[in-house]
Amino acid sequence: VSAAATTADVRSRPGDAAGAWLRRNGWTIGLIVLFAVLLVVTKVIQPRYGVAGIQALSNAALPLALAAVGQAICVIVGGIDLSIGAMMTLTSVVAASLMKGQSEEAALGIVFGVLILGLLLGAVNGTLVVLTKVPDIVVTLAMGFVWGGCAVLVLSAPGGASAQWLKELVIGSFGNELIPKPLVVLIAVVAIIWIPLSRSWLGLSIYAVGSNQLAAYRSGVSVGRSKVAAYAFTGLFAALAGLSLTASTGIGTPVQGPYTLYSVAAVVLGGVSLAGGRGGVFGAVVAVLVLQILSMDLTFLKIDPNLAVVAQGLILISVVMLGGLVDWRRSRR
Amino acid sequence: MSATANTQRWRAADGWRQLFRERQVIPLLVFLGALILVYAVARPGIVDANWAGVIFRSAIPLAILAGCQTLAMLTGGIDLSVGAVASMSGFMVATLMNSDGLAFGIAVGLGAAVLAGLLNGIGIGVFRVNPLIMTLGTSLVVLGLDNAWQIKMVVAGATPPPEFRYIGTERVAEIFPLSLIVFLPIAVLILVGLRRTGYGRMLFAIGDNPVAARLSGARAWQVLLVLYVISALMAAIAGFLLTGLNNAAAVTLGDPFVLPSVAAAVIGGTSIFGGRGGYGGTIVGALILTVIAALLTALSFPEAIRQIVFGTIIVAVAAAYTRVTAER
Repeated sequence: VSAAATTADVRSRPGDAAGAWLRRNGWTIGLIVLFAVLLVVTKVIQPRYGVAGIQALSNAALPLALAAVGQAICVIVGGIDLSIGAMMTLTSVVAASLMKGQSEEAALGIVFGVLILGLLLGAVNGTLVVLTKVPDIVVTLAMGFVWGGCAVLVLSAPGGASAQWLKELVIGSFGNELIPKPLVVLIAVVAIIWIPLSRSWLGLSIYAVGSNQLAAYRSGVSVGRSKVAAYAFTGLFAALAGLSLTASTGIGTPVQGPYTLYSVAAVVLGGVSLAGGRGGVFGAVVAVLVLQILSMDLTFLKIDPNLAVVAQGLILISVVMLGGLVDWRRSRR
Repeated sequence: MSATANTQRWRAADGWRQLFRERQVIPLLVFLGALILVYAVARPGIVDANWAGVIFRSAIPLAILAGCQTLAMLTGGIDLSVGAVASMSGFMVATLMNSDGLAFGIAVGLGAAVLAGLLNGIGIGVFRVNPLIMTLGTSLVVLGLDNAWQIKMVVAGATPPPEFRYIGTERVAEIFPLSLIVFLPIAVLILVGLRRTGYGRMLFAIGDNPVAARLSGARAWQVLLVLYVISALMAAIAGFLLTGLNNAAAVTLGDPFVLPSVAAAVIGGTSIFGGRGGYGGTIVGALILTVIAALLTALSFPEAIRQIVFGTIIVAVAAAYTRVTAER
C-alpha cells in the first residue's frame, strides 16, 4: 500500500493547486458527499420527504450548527469550551426576557446587545483560562455552572418573547422553497464572521497558537490575546445560537439542551483536530447536518428512539476511529 | 538538573511554596479546615460527629468516581462515561433483583460495566480515539441501551436492594458510614497500586511521556484497556452505593456526578494533561466539594446562586492551587 501511495505522491506536482485543495478539504468534501447520500436514502425510505422535511432539518440544525462553529473556533486555538450550552441558555433567556413587550425596533438593539454579551461571556472564559493557567476543560466546566446559574436567575421558568422579525428570520424559505431561511442565515452569519476572521492576522495567530504555542510565541504572536479573542468569538457564536433558540421557539427556556456535548462531537466529526491548529468551521457545520439527518432517518425507520441514541453514539465512535485510521495512514507515508 | 538549579534559587520566603509543592495535600487540608470553620460559624453547633458522618457518607461515591478520573487523567485521558455506567449498574441490579436475586443482579451490573470499559479501552487504547470523545460516545451508547432496558423492564419495576440501602446509608458510631467497608479497600488499592506496582508506574509513564514509555517497552494499549475496565468497575461500585444512598434507581442517577468528579480530581492536584497527581489529593478534593455543596444548602441559597458559587469556587481553588504548586 505504501509503495502505491509513494507513486501517487511523485505523480502529483507541487504546483497542483487543485489536488492540494482537495487533499486539504478532503474530509469536508467526504462529509458533503455523505450528506447527499443520506438525503437520497431519506427520500427512498420516506417517499413523502420533501420541502417540509428540509425545512424541519435546517430548523433543527441551526442552533447546533452555530454552537458547533463556536466550539470549532476555540478547539482550533487549542482549547475546548464546555460552557457553550450554558452560554446559549443565558443569552437566549436574556434576549427573550428583554424583548418581551418591546417594539420591533427596540428588539434590534437588544439583539445587538445580546451579541455583545456573548462576546463578553466568551472573553471572561478566555481571560480566566489565560490568567489562571488552569486547563481549559476545568475552567469552562466550572464556568458552565456559573452561566447556567445566571440563566436561572434571569428567568426561572420558560417565558419572555421574541420579536416578530427575529422569528421570521428562521421560519420559511427564500424564493425557491428548497432553500430554507435557517440555512441561508447560517451560511450568511458564518461567512460574514468566519471568512474575514480566518483570513485576518488574528485568524492566522489563532491557528498558530493552536498548532504550536511555543513556536507562535517565538514568532511574536501574543498567545494570551489570541486565546481570549478565540474564546470571545466562541461566546459570540454561542449568543447567535442562543438567539436562534429564542427565535425558533418564541420564548427563552432556562433549561440547557444537550448542545455542549453534541457541539464537541460535531467538531470532531467535522475534521477539527482536538489537539488544535487544524480544520475549519465548515466541516463542523456539515457534520451537524449529517448528524441531524441521521437522527431523522432513524425516526423514519421507526427505530426505538433509545436505540437511535445508541446508534448515534456508535456512529460518533466509528467515524472518529475512521478519522484516526486515516490520520495514521497519512502519517506513515 | 534544572530542578536542582531552581531549588537553589528559591529564597527563604518561598519555602512554604516548596513545602506545598512537595506535600500537595497540605494546602487542600488547610482549605478543607477553613471551609468547616466557615460552616461551624455559619451554623453554630451543627458540626459534630453526626455531621461528619453524613458528609463522609455522601462524599464516598463522589470520591470513587473521582478515582476513575484520577486514574484516567494520569494517562492524559478522562472518563466521562462514569455517570452513565454508574447509573446503569445500579439500575440493572434494581430491575433484576426481584426476579433473579441480588447476586445475579450484581454480576450482570458488573459485567455490563466491564463491557462498557472494554469499549472505552479498545477505542482509546487500540484505535487511539480522543478519550473525551470516546467516553462521550460510550455514555451515549450506555444511556440509550439503559433507556431501552427501562422500557422493557417497566412491568418488573425497579426496587433499590435493601442491602445497598443498608451499606449506603447506615453509620457506625454516627461518624463511620458502612460504605467505608467498600471504599477503604478501593482507596488502599489505588494509593498503594499507584506508588508500588509496575502497573501504577506505567500509568504515570504513559501520561508523562507516551513516546518514552513506548520506547521503554510499555504496551500502552494493554495498559489503557485495563485502565478503562478498572474505571468502569469502580463506576459500577459507586453506582451501587448511589442507588443505596438515594434509595432510588434511575438511568440518570449518576449524571450529576460526572463534572464534580473531574473537578475533585483537578482540585486534588492531578494534572489533566497526565503524568502528575495521586489519589490522596482527590479524596480531599471530593470532601471539599461535598462540604461546599452542604454549606451552600445549609445557607439556604437558591439553586441558581448555589451553582454560580460552586462554579466560581472550583475555578478559584484550581487557580490558587495551580499558582501555589506550579512548576517554574
